[in-house]
Amino acid sequence: MTDTTANALHFQGDHAHEHHHDADHKPAFFQRWFMSTNHKDIGTLYLIFAIFAGIIGGAISGLMRLELAEPGIQYLPLWAGTTNLDTALHMWNVLITAHGLIMVFFMVMPAIIGGFGNWFVPIMIGAPDMAFPRMNNVSFWLMIPAFTLLLGSTFVSGGTGNGAGTGWTVYAPLSTSGSPGPAVDMAILSLHLAGASSILGAINFITTIFNMRAPGMTLHKMPLFVWSVLVTAFLLLLALPVLAAAITMLLTDRNFGTTFYDASGGGDPELYQHLFWFFGHPEVYIMILPGFGIVSQVISTFSKKPVFGYLGMAYAMVAIGVVGFVVWAHHMYTTGMSVNTKMYFTAATMVIAVPTGIKIFSWIATMWGGSLSFKTPMLWAMGFIFMFTVGGVTGVVLSNGGIDDVVQDTYYVVAHLHYVLSLGAVFSLFAGFYYWFGKMTGRQYNELLGQLHFWIFFVGVNVMFFPMHFLGLEGMPRRIPDYPDAFAYWNHIATNGYFMMAVGMVIFFINVFWSMFAGPKVEGNYWGEGATTLEWTLSSPPPYHQFETLPRID
Amino acid sequence: MAGAKTHDYHILPPSIWPLVGSMSALTMASGGIMWMHSAPFGGWVFLLGLAGVLFTMFSWWSDVIREAHAGDHTPVVSLHLRYGMILFIASEVMFFVGWFWAFFDFALFPAPVEVINGATSIIASAKTVSLAPGVFPAKGIEVLDPFAFPLLNTLILLCSGTTVTWAHHALLKGDRKGLISGLWITILLGLLFSSIQAWEYAHAPFPFKGVNYGAAFYMATGFHGFHVIIGTIFLSVCLIRAYKGDFTAKQHFGFEAAAWYWHFVDVVWLFLFASIYVWGGWGAPVHGG
Repeated sequence: MTDTTANALHFQGDHAHEHHHDADHKPAFFQRWFMSTNHKDIGTLYLIFAIFAGIIGGAISGLMRLELAEPGIQYLPLWAGTTNLDTALHMWNVLITAHGLIMVFFMVMPAIIGGFGNWFVPIMIGAPDMAFPRMNNVSFWLMIPAFTLLLGSTFVSGGTGNGAGTGWTVYAPLSTSGSPGPAVDMAILSLHLAGASSILGAINFITTIFNMRAPGMTLHKMPLFVWSVLVTAFLLLLALPVLAAAITMLLTDRNFGTTFYDASGGGDPELYQHLFWFFGHPEVYIMILPGFGIVSQVISTFSKKPVFGYLGMAYAMVAIGVVGFVVWAHHMYTTGMSVNTKMYFTAATMVIAVPTGIKIFSWIATMWGGSLSFKTPMLWAMGFIFMFTVGGVTGVVLSNGGIDDVVQDTYYVVAHLHYVLSLGAVFSLFAGFYYWFGKMTGRQYNELLGQLHFWIFFVGVNVMFFPMHFLGLEGMPRRIPDYPDAFAYWNHIATNGYFMMAVGMVIFFINVFWSMFAGPKVEGNYWGEGATTLEWTLSSPPPYHQFETLPRID
Repeated sequence: MAGAKTHDYHILPPSIWPLVGSMSALTMASGGIMWMHSAPFGGWVFLLGLAGVLFTMFSWWSDVIREAHAGDHTPVVSLHLRYGMILFIASEVMFFVGWFWAFFDFALFPAPVEVINGATSIIASAKTVSLAPGVFPAKGIEVLDPFAFPLLNTLILLCSGTTVTWAHHALLKGDRKGLISGLWITILLGLLFSSIQAWEYAHAPFPFKGVNYGAAFYMATGFHGFHVIIGTIFLSVCLIRAYKGDFTAKQHFGFEAAAWYWHFVDVVWLFLFASIYVWGGWGAPVHGG
């Protein structure tokens, strides 16, 4: 490489790679944020994007809880601006669809993989950046058109009203002959673009982790967060193209007269469910595995101990990833599959409880005898272990094909999936956010507000989601805006839980804004001896290009 | 740490292409939706977006070639490119898994439909509760003779696999003439394959619309054909670069990536040929047979 004097005047010539000699030299505003090739800046963009999408997705759940607070249809005609009940009810379908798609594809995934993955995977393995820094940016920027298409779809015709009202699973034939307007096409192409973004990101992460580890950083010395992103990236790489094929078939069925999912032309609506869940089940591990990684780092840091059973923890994630590919039809127990098939999928699904159990017990064993300090990230991580275990236990219940026949598509399933996601993935996101906030911004969050946020949110989401178990076992179906009076009590409680949670989120945003501008400045390793990974050897925030001389790991 | 980097990784300057490419993708997607719903100018918006995407690809990969000449592709960066290409091909394999899944679903669990005078209808069942058993391809569908043009196409692609290897070995020996000849023949064989496919599509006895056999056949072989065209373009870029003397016996990853891609396309065809053309049409009446 050419060499010039550091700190000399930088000018952009044809060989633009010449101006990178000052580790902390940042490009001008537009170049820095719109043309970025810097993993930390791209991570920041992802986090901002995810918070923005999370606000929208969270507001939508507020609308849903408001409508569900009492039996009867109260608000939908008002919000939809119509007296036509069909149109008003279509809006309900649009709300549940948008909430699901936004939270999965535009909040959890961008935050946990795009945000924290980008920020900390390169640093934790001692690399100066990602393997493909420019492709990294197209992964982020593809999320913008994807989100634009999804949000835009709510303004054009779907089925009996505006917007895509298909559920996040986009099942045929509701998504084909059932929704003739362009809204569902927009949602489909939104998923295509988000999928392309994730595949490119996955290629980037795998290449980075395999090839850019600092000298001495063997695979078996990698921090567990890096392991978790590695497994996740493989799941993304192998699962998303199948979704792409499935929704391309939706597109041709809708617009070009093919009959992949149309029985009258010899097609098979169940084919869509198989293809979707072959992607969809790995997808739920895509959302939770990086959370496992974050929780491992946080628990270890605040126990001042290395993670118990490191290798078991790493390979438990690998096992979850592998087995996660052969359990998809447990989402389809009531489609009329044979008893033998159900038995297989029940058994295979239950097997996943074993590596998951390894993780839960190893986290507890890490804390056992540790020198614990209950800082905000630790509270979130411990909350994660508690609540994810609840979701895991109901998962074992649901894995039984026989039991699932009774509770499928009830609020029991809604309770289960929110315990593993809203109280699992989201808790791990908050754990990571508080853990690394000082590292990313150079300023520390407010501990009191952080703990207040945790407790209010913790109580709020439990009040919101725990009664859903009761509602589900009593038989309340999901995706329905109205219900018999018998379900009124727990629904009312659940809506109160939402508002409690919302108060917690207000505190969170106050904390973020206060800390960003007035939080106390922090040093490189503000967590002390428990924080042993490489990001804590750097300043807070790290230099624009870290590790210009690679670190050596013994 | 303010000083020159001491590692061999490629730290890139800011680039506008990701932003331009993404906005073009948005234009293309929006235009495509407008077009499919017959909105005015939909096709033009789509083409504008497509042009933007193609322009982005051209500019972006031009930058990559410039960086290669500038010496940015150190051994470790070259290894990254190899990993990237292999992983990309792995994702492509999974994309085709989706289409094969649809095909085998239809073939192994035939639906009770028949095609009469080009119209698909559900076979009425003698029993009232269960549907009549179906066959695949549906009754009334004539298939293509797998051992006519499809077999020829198989041989053409296999042959092109050897000529691209010839080009590679020539390149490794520093024989630019051999490289150029091998590439020319590979590209011509690719074009020949695509032309034969186009001719067969135009003369195929079953429709794209309305019946599962047509959907699975045309979409699976169609996406394969699309990949053949991409591979042909990739090899053509390599040919131009070969004329310009871009490749050396030691550094020529662009060529290798194109060759890998070509072999991948070749293997997909073998599976298509065996599953859809030979096995999938077994026992069905052959068109013109």
